[in-house]
Amino acid sequence: MATITLNAVKKTYGKTEVIHGVDLDVADGELIVIVGPSGCGKSTLLRMVAGLETITAGEISIAGRKVNDLEPHERDIAMVFQNYALYPHMSVRKNLAYGLKIAKIPTDEINRRVAKAAKMLQLDDYLDRKPRQLSGGQRQRVAMGRAIVREPAAFLFDEPLSNLDAKLRVQMRMEIKALQRELGVTSLYVTHDQVEAMTMADRVVVMNAGIAEQIGPPLEVYRNPASLFVAGFIGSPPMNFINPALLSDIAPAEAETLGIRPEHCALTTAEAGRLSGTVAFCEALGADTLVHVRMADGSLLIVRSDGDPIETGEAVGVSLETPEILGFDSDGRAIRS
Amino acid sequence: MVEKRGAGIWFTHLSLILGIAIICFPIWFTFVASTVTQEDIIRPPMPLLPGPHMFENYAKAWNEGVNAPVSTMLFNSTVMALGITFGKILISILSAFAIVYFRFPGRMLCFWLIFLTLMLPVEVRIVPTYEVAANLGLLNSYSGLILPLIASATATFLFRQLFMTIPDEMVEAARIDGAGPMRFFWDILLPMSRTNIAALFVILFIFSWNQYLWPLLITTDPEMNTIVMGIKQMFPSGDDWADWPVIMATAMLAMLPPVAVVVFMQKLFVKGLVESEK
Ligand SMILES: Nc1ncnc2c1ncn2[C@@H]1O[C@H](COP(=O)(O)OP(=O)(O)O)[C@@H](O)[C@H]1O
Ligand SMILES: [Mg+2]
Repeated sequence: MATITLNAVKKTYGKTEVIHGVDLDVADGELIVIVGPSGCGKSTLLRMVAGLETITAGEISIAGRKVNDLEPHERDIAMVFQNYALYPHMSVRKNLAYGLKIAKIPTDEINRRVAKAAKMLQLDDYLDRKPRQLSGGQRQRVAMGRAIVREPAAFLFDEPLSNLDAKLRVQMRMEIKALQRELGVTSLYVTHDQVEAMTMADRVVVMNAGIAEQIGPPLEVYRNPASLFVAGFIGSPPMNFINPALLSDIAPAEAETLGIRPEHCALTTAEAGRLSGTVAFCEALGADTLVHVRMADGSLLIVRSDGDPIETGEAVGVSLETPEILGFDSDGRAIRS
Repeated sequence: MVEKRGAGIWFTHLSLILGIAIICFPIWFTFVASTVTQEDIIRPPMPLLPGPHMFENYAKAWNEGVNAPVSTMLFNSTVMALGITFGKILISILSAFAIVYFRFPGRMLCFWLIFLTLMLPVEVRIVPTYEVAANLGLLNSYSGLILPLIASATATFLFRQLFMTIPDEMVEAARIDGAGPMRFFWDILLPMSRTNIAALFVILFIFSWNQYLWPLLITTDPEMNTIVMGIKQMFPSGDDWADWPVIMATAMLAMLPPVAVVVFMQKLFVKGLVESEK
């Protein structure tokens, strides 16, 4: 088991820099989720750790060993790809064993490891099938199995669940998390899905345009976003952003934008609320309802209410839990009070 | 599928049978001609049912032929066709591998040079090619029959397109598994291309088997004749007497290997089309 350290890691393609210096310390056995919108450089960062991309500047160490100039198979890592990248002409068993065979591991040891991984992933009955004879979830498991049998120092995942349907995704993310716990293998997990990040991570790295905007435990990032970007990206429905002019009495002086999460807003009568507006539309989720309220200045505010949907066009007031309001300065940085 | 009933179905079948009959008739005619005597052929009308001389005609063709025994010519043709086919597949798959998976200086130049040779089929470059082959002492040899035809831009291009459809992650997974380039080639790329190789084998085998002009130029010794050119050489010039039953028997025998290749490779061929998943 091992730590992973990234020190001022940069990546340039030709003249464009896509990773602008990322620092990260991953503790032994930790599951770090790198989350960010598409194109922000998550995969690039992960692929540099894997050794599939060269490192333009900075240093990456795995288990205390600098790996900048090592080939992928010398780095003692295993990677799970989005499209699984299973060898289509090999049986599941051969897919699992291929890397071990190349590493010249004795046959009994290979068989032992394959059997163990297959048992762990409930693939025992499928070992002699070809990948195309498996369902999406099973292929995903084979891809996991291929990583597990290597017994690596670190697992690297690049959006491993994106090709699965919503229900399977929920199930698999719990399975992956449980497996990672059980094996205690240090892991880097890339996703664009903030729910995956929130539910799986020991710590999340929120990336934006080649920069790690915030690194911290999921709830910490949720409650105290370091920037406007993080505040808007983490959380579904997203945080409401309000013009401080509407709340001039409580807004910090240097605040350019105020933010409050939908669950910290509540509906009242038009006269009683701190803010008021008309209902633009409602999303009934069953347990609660997301009410989109159009403010006087035309912006929308989402309120998470546990009542039933409300007629569109009805005038409502919105009360706010004022201690939960966050301020952001003109650079988008959170104002710490 | 269009479903038809009653008279429609009869009509459909009839027209299909008629079509097949028209296509098969020349082959039947050839077969009949190879089982009768010379006199039966020359005296009109031509017989339409097989005669009793099949065995002796085929035996004569096989053992003696006209210029060279058919057995020798079949052997020569087989060596040439297999040589060209395997050579083409080997060379083109390796060059496609190099072009797709390696970044080397002049990579695109190489690609375009290969591509350019598409515009220079044997017929266009036959005189200089003959000159080169003659200077290298390749006349009347298997190398002379095979080597000048062995490069294939089409096959290279086909493999290049195939390799480009294989996702990059496959290469990356192999790299993480520790497979070097040649290991990747043998263990992953080659098995993944096997159905394309089978399809190409069929096409190239028939193409090579049917080579006519080049073998005609490069071989002068009847012992080195291939069967396709050999048939033509059996035809008499001027007033000579042609042994038609033997010629027809030779033609029938010349058809067998390509037919066998198509029949035996068909399974793989179709399988390749069905399991298209990469
Ligand atoms: N091979 C490449 N050449 C040039 N630019 C690239 C290459 N790969 C990725 N990029 C660029 O780098 C940025 C980050 O890409 P990527 O890491 O794949 O994003 P993500 O995985 O977060 O969606 C993108 O803007 C992309 O266009
Ligand atoms: Mg990506």
